[in-house]
Amino acid sequence: MFELSFIWAGIIAFAVLTYVILDGFDLGVGILFPLAEGEREKATMMNSIAPIWDGNETWLVLGGGGLFAVFPLAYAVIMPALYMPIILMLLALIFRGVAFEYRWRTERWKPVWDVAFFGGSLVAAFMQGIALGALVQGIEVADRAYAGGWWDWLSVFSILTGFAVVVGYALLGATWIILKTEGALQRQMQRYAWWLGAGTLGFIGVVSILTPFQNPEYFTRWFNLPGSVLSVAMPVAVAAAARALFTGLNAGKDGQPFLAALTLFVLCFIGIGISFYPNIVPPSLTIAEAAAPDESLWFALVGTLVLVPMILAYTAYAYWVFRGKIDPAEGYH
Amino acid sequence: MFESFTAETLARMQFAFTVSFHIIFPAFSIGLASYLAVLNGLWLRTRDDIYLTLFNYWKKIFAVAFGMGVVSGIVMSYQFGTNWSVFADKTGPILGPLMAYEVLSAFFLEAGFLGIMLFGRERVGDKLHMFATAMVAFGTLMSATWILSVNSWMQTPAGYGVNELGQFVPEDWWQIVFNPSFPYRLVHMVLAAYLTTALVVGGVGGLHLLRNRANAPARRMFSMAMWMLVVVAPLQIAVGDFHGINTLEHQPAKVMAMEGHYDSHPDGAPLILFGIPNPKEKRIDYAIEISKLSSLILKHDLNAPLNGLDTIPDDEEPPVAIVFWSFRVMVGLGFAMLGLGAWSLLRRVRGRLYEDKWLHRAAIGMGPMGFVAVLAGWITTEVGRQPFTVYGLLRTSDSLAPVAAPAVAASLLAFIVVYFFVFGAGTFYLMRMMNSFAGHADPALKDGPIRTAGITPVAQTHPDAIPGE
Repeated sequence: MFELSFIWAGIIAFAVLTYVILDGFDLGVGILFPLAEGEREKATMMNSIAPIWDGNETWLVLGGGGLFAVFPLAYAVIMPALYMPIILMLLALIFRGVAFEYRWRTERWKPVWDVAFFGGSLVAAFMQGIALGALVQGIEVADRAYAGGWWDWLSVFSILTGFAVVVGYALLGATWIILKTEGALQRQMQRYAWWLGAGTLGFIGVVSILTPFQNPEYFTRWFNLPGSVLSVAMPVAVAAAARALFTGLNAGKDGQPFLAALTLFVLCFIGIGISFYPNIVPPSLTIAEAAAPDESLWFALVGTLVLVPMILAYTAYAYWVFRGKIDPAEGYH
Repeated sequence: MFESFTAETLARMQFAFTVSFHIIFPAFSIGLASYLAVLNGLWLRTRDDIYLTLFNYWKKIFAVAFGMGVVSGIVMSYQFGTNWSVFADKTGPILGPLMAYEVLSAFFLEAGFLGIMLFGRERVGDKLHMFATAMVAFGTLMSATWILSVNSWMQTPAGYGVNELGQFVPEDWWQIVFNPSFPYRLVHMVLAAYLTTALVVGGVGGLHLLRNRANAPARRMFSMAMWMLVVVAPLQIAVGDFHGINTLEHQPAKVMAMEGHYDSHPDGAPLILFGIPNPKEKRIDYAIEISKLSSLILKHDLNAPLNGLDTIPDDEEPPVAIVFWSFRVMVGLGFAMLGLGAWSLLRRVRGRLYEDKWLHRAAIGMGPMGFVAVLAGWITTEVGRQPFTVYGLLRTSDSLAPVAAPAVAASLLAFIVVYFFVFGAGTFYLMRMMNSFAGHADPALKDGPIRTAGITPVAQTHPDAIPGE
């Protein structure tokens, strides 16, 4: 009964996308953190994400845990294949996660935890980009196990996607701060967002052109009907989102740049999804092959259908509680 | 540094290292989240400011400890795949959904309401803030429930079949979740978390009573912590006994190692109090033992026969010395907790709870011992499960990922360096925060309660408020 595994592929994709756009903007805030001009600006930037970063990162745990639950074979193949980037990402997330609390607990070591916050965010974003690039390139599987070497993930293409994700997250972070602040910090981020937007579009272009050459299947997908319809439609959609981004920035809008940046990420994610389908681990491991038995899928699906809407509801509530501009005087602890 | 080790040994060292570090934080935050919910509830009911002072004080400590628990926990959710991918592939259909339920029903709940609990009292009002605080506490307990179900299934697997690919597949979810050792392990661990927190709170209370016995919040927290010990320590010892009997039924080799019973005793086994395990000769050297007591404890009959490790094939025997020692550390500390509780009760009856300096010193000494006992207990049960990951069914050596030893060695080294640096610094900050409490609690409160403590960073209003700098 293959429908069930496809439903689950959709749910996992949703969890990963939610992670990317939510933790994307708070990692982006970390990447931009050293550019803040004073302690007050630093505090404002960190406070804008302090109450929500933990919830955002939980989607990463759901991505990993969900994959283990419903596609154990994919989990068992991807983790050893991406061993180094995953471990480095985890270590980076440790540094940035503790910085939220530690930097308020010391004066002497505050600069250390500021560097940890920035460096952790940067490395985590870069490693996620590398992992994405390596996955797009494909992972060698033989006899239900990873069959490649432990440096296979490293290539020009994966480094390129690493930089692309860093720049894209920084764009999300800059537009988030535009949404949450006013005054000099907001104007500074508007300037950055303009350049980061241009950079993100450049990376989207280069990665999109290179992706079909990573795997002949992608090439056929995108350059034959019905895929070629999308090959025309996607650039149009990206162009529309880009237009919304830049007009929003030029008009000094609060929310429009952030929404436009999110749309760019959603479009890219859909594009990657189209390339992958029906594989879960390119080039050869399909969604149906990697799926756990139906009893596992059903059991997990019941809880997911009940709990995920609740999670979305109270997460939205938490965002609503901390809505509006950050008051620099109203702080963190 | 690690050249002589195999990838399997390194991967085991890495898992032992990261999970041992990780368990310290949940062991504390499960208990502390419940304590915070109690404190906040008592404050709302009595409007006694001491409760609010204690809530705001422990809340900050909770935030730091919880943050460390989150980041060290993310590592765990990926380590099954990076180092133990064969285990992940084989057990994923059973253990994966349980962990997914943990994420969905616990982690999101904690994370979603933590922000409101820490920063939101003024924004949402007392009632919703209380709800958020209760949800965080409930989330920590849900998390314990699911992950202990996972661990217990690995100890006492039930409700499963094996498919043609060699995967464990679910047949009866009820039996899987409520596998034979799960109820005992869950209660034992949650009580352990409560004891750990009570010991920390008691130690901090004792420290500040030594400095100033009139310190009202310190008196209140010391009293609450000692009550907790009086009630929970004996309960925990009883639960531990039941857990042991359950283990004897399902994992006899583990109990043999705990007891140091290399030989079978057909008519009543002795309780070995102390001794030095000698794995080569398969005996306990210099044993101090009480005859027939082990049969009495485990079988509730002096003359009941007990099998020894001589009935277990050598290649299915757990490492005896580690299990033997860690078990004794755990039990010894359990009785020390019981003793501290009894001592405090005697002093309380005489009205000298806040005057007995030696009691306060003992409480400080026992402050970190909950963590030691938790670690010793987990070492006992996990090493006692060896050489299997899924007891009796899947060997540890057959669970390993196809990773090269240098990769595991490099990441192990990185974990060691990073964990000691990051969590060392965190522990230092936690201890400094615990050390700085002086009854007037938050410096912000000295100026009058213009804005409730908890919203304004002390570092912002009082840049000089960081103690020790």
